[in-house]
Amino acid sequence: MVRPATALAGRTTTRRRLAPLVPYALLAPALLVLAAVLGFPMYRLVGLSFQQYGLKELFAGHGTWIGLRNYQDILTDSFFWTVVARTIAFAAVCVGLTMGLGTLVALLLRNLGRPMRVLVTAGLVAAWAMPTLTAVSIWQWMFDFEFGVVNWVLTKLGFEGYSQHNWFDQPLQGFAVIILVVVWAALPFVAITLHAGLTQVPAELEEAARVDGAGAWQVFRHITFPVLKPIFLILATLSTIWDFKVFTQIWVMLNQRPSREYFLLGIWSYSESFGVTRYGKGAAIAVVMVLLLMALTFFYVRQMLKAVGP
Amino acid sequence: MTRRRLHRVGYNAAAVLVLLVTVFPIYWMVATGFKRGPDILSFEPKWLPIPGTLENYRSAIAKPHFLQDVGNSLVVVVATVVISLALAFLAALAAARFHFRGRAALIVMLIVVQMVPLEALIIPIYLSLDRVGQTDQLAGIIVTYLTFVLPFSIWTLRGFIVNIPEELEEAAMVDGCTRAGAFRRILFPLVAPGLVATAVFSFILVWNDYLIAYVLLRSPEKQTLGIWLASFTTNHGTEWGGVMAGSTLFAIPAVLFFLLVQRRVVSGLTAGAVKG
Repeated sequence: MVRPATALAGRTTTRRRLAPLVPYALLAPALLVLAAVLGFPMYRLVGLSFQQYGLKELFAGHGTWIGLRNYQDILTDSFFWTVVARTIAFAAVCVGLTMGLGTLVALLLRNLGRPMRVLVTAGLVAAWAMPTLTAVSIWQWMFDFEFGVVNWVLTKLGFEGYSQHNWFDQPLQGFAVIILVVVWAALPFVAITLHAGLTQVPAELEEAARVDGAGAWQVFRHITFPVLKPIFLILATLSTIWDFKVFTQIWVMLNQRPSREYFLLGIWSYSESFGVTRYGKGAAIAVVMVLLLMALTFFYVRQMLKAVGP
Repeated sequence: MTRRRLHRVGYNAAAVLVLLVTVFPIYWMVATGFKRGPDILSFEPKWLPIPGTLENYRSAIAKPHFLQDVGNSLVVVVATVVISLALAFLAALAAARFHFRGRAALIVMLIVVQMVPLEALIIPIYLSLDRVGQTDQLAGIIVTYLTFVLPFSIWTLRGFIVNIPEELEEAAMVDGCTRAGAFRRILFPLVAPGLVATAVFSFILVWNDYLIAYVLLRSPEKQTLGIWLASFTTNHGTEWGGVMAGSTLFAIPAVLFFLLVQRRVVSGLTAGAVKG
């Protein structure tokens, strides 16, 4: 009778001694893989950005250390500043439109009767589900200069000069189309998530504010928005991250050879590396892109960490 | 009363506009896929694909390497999802249920890591894989996909686990269950839908990728379906029927899977971040 009890006690003490190690054991496999597939490339990226690394070095298998020369090259290149400004402007417009229109659609959903709400939600989900590549082809076809339905509609509506109009001749118009594709694909996620969040807003509070004479904007600003704020922050952060590094939409939309007027940081880094095989310079651009993104989202990330807690 | 009705009309009009903007492009893709050549290339749009044809689908599928690319996509996607789900579940368990030194750092890392764009990492990844002869190999691309699927899976799963009340496991342990037993008998069944949702969403992430496959896979018989689709669009201005048929085919698996998990993705992505 005594024996099993002591054996059990012995087992529990070992278990107790090993217990603090359990979380580390659970984490170890994932962390090892992450170190290899993510940590090492990050380390390598920074290293590459200080090296001359072209075709010759690719064959030799190692680059030549040139210190800050890559960074000097890009920072003194006026094109760099154009691309940075363009990337930030592009992301700002995309995020602004996505969040603004997404909020409007979420509020609209709340004010619809049930059948219409279900219908609109279904439409949003359908658009959300489309793979990026599919979305790009669809809009490419809709904006086709000869047989695209958009030019036809604009012409029918009485706008002059849109028959046979090539949207991608002018970068500003081309970017408008690209922004449309990005926002079209991103809006459903924002609208549906915000609509889900709206159900947490106490209806009595809004009603009370309205009784007290608050207008629609005031109700939204002082009652609805504060409740939505945490979700809003997360959505804005995610959108910023996604829109800052847009690649596929531009690359595929412009048939895999965008002109320099269409370069954003991601595209420029890609084309320096894989287009003209200056991997070192491409890596330096990529590092700048990562740093900018971190700076832009620093505030949000801090907010998120506060929410998660230690 | 009349003012209310006026509002209602306004809301419904806005709803119709939203519906039109979201759904018409998708309808246009499907419709174009079924149209005959002359009906596609007509200056006056034909709104309905009548009389229809399957010719576009036939020509899309008859494109070289279609079946091979479908197979490649499936191998890559399934391997990536299985590996990352197994690793992520264990890690998420640690991050959600254990208190240990470095937990805060781990969570910070998981958030920050998801901000590092793959568009930046593709350069060193390409060079490293090139060194060891793994570009243009499915194994190489599976490893590459883990760089973003794994952190995403850990983060999402952690959100699902955090949302399951810990008291349930504690109750089981009070009743004599071991901690491992409580995980297996109580937590696992409850988090199973979350596991499915995470797997499906990882599937979609990988299925929809373009950049990585485009950089890493060069030979046509190694390519995945996304590259197959994009290879259509390079022939500018021609064959829109084939492009739309191909786009529809490419979208179908992603859409079906997406419909399965859409609700959970919303709660997973956001809940993971706001609750601790």
